[in-house]
Amino acid sequence: MTTLFYLAGAIAVISTFAVIVQTNIVHALLYLILSLLSVAVVFYVLGAPFAAVLEAIVYAGAIMVLFLFVIMMLNLGQHTREQERGWLAARVFIAPAIMAALLLGQLLSVIGQVSHDVEITRVGVLEVSGLLFGPYVLAVELASILLLAGLVAAYHLAKK
Amino acid sequence: MESIPIEHGLILAGILFALGLIGVLTRRNIVFVLMSLEIMLNASGLAFIVAAARWGHAEGQVMFLMILTLAAAEVAVGLGLIIQMFRKYQTVDINVLSEMKG
Repeated sequence: MTTLFYLAGAIAVISTFAVIVQTNIVHALLYLILSLLSVAVVFYVLGAPFAAVLEAIVYAGAIMVLFLFVIMMLNLGQHTREQERGWLAARVFIAPAIMAALLLGQLLSVIGQVSHDVEITRVGVLEVSGLLFGPYVLAVELASILLLAGLVAAYHLAKK
Repeated sequence: MESIPIEHGLILAGILFALGLIGVLTRRNIVFVLMSLEIMLNASGLAFIVAAARWGHAEGQVMFLMILTLAAAEVAVGLGLIIQMFRKYQTVDINVLSEMKG
């Protein structure tokens, strides 16, 4: 299980890196799906099978299909690849990479003070849904209102 | 079940978040910017799951579900805005949206 965690983590990092340097948008989307699926494996190893399944269905399934539909509707074609290559000069990456590395260094220095080996206990659907429909039922209702607002907004915005 | 050092999960979340941040800052194609935002949201969800594994509670997974809902709503609205932008400017370059700069 431990090797599976590190393997999936490495695949997630590599494929996420491939997403941000990719010029072909459909290839980037496929790399993003790979990254999300390996994060789902990490969730499973960390004892959260319900979250892993939802990650695969909702993130790698529904949200990525939404992206694919929009890419299809935009119908960007071949000329955007050359355009992307022109935009993606190496010097563009320098300043953001330094800033992100500084942020990551701060995060790592804070995280480095924590050291805790955990025995992974599986927290299944029963416990999560018991919480969702018990103390967090108001949050579930608010989430449904948020989704309704997103639906109305997307319909209104994408309308001709 | 074997044990996993919890800081390694947090480090993975941090690396994914930083990669997403680099994507948001560097890309000029708005679809890529939205994809990098998804990476960042997913990394924060991973941090919640790692915290849930640390304490052995289900609350972290509940928070992950909330992040999932937020990401779905955000992507729906964002992609609607991209379609509207493409209709108006026939491009996905975010630099054309600089009319409001002072």
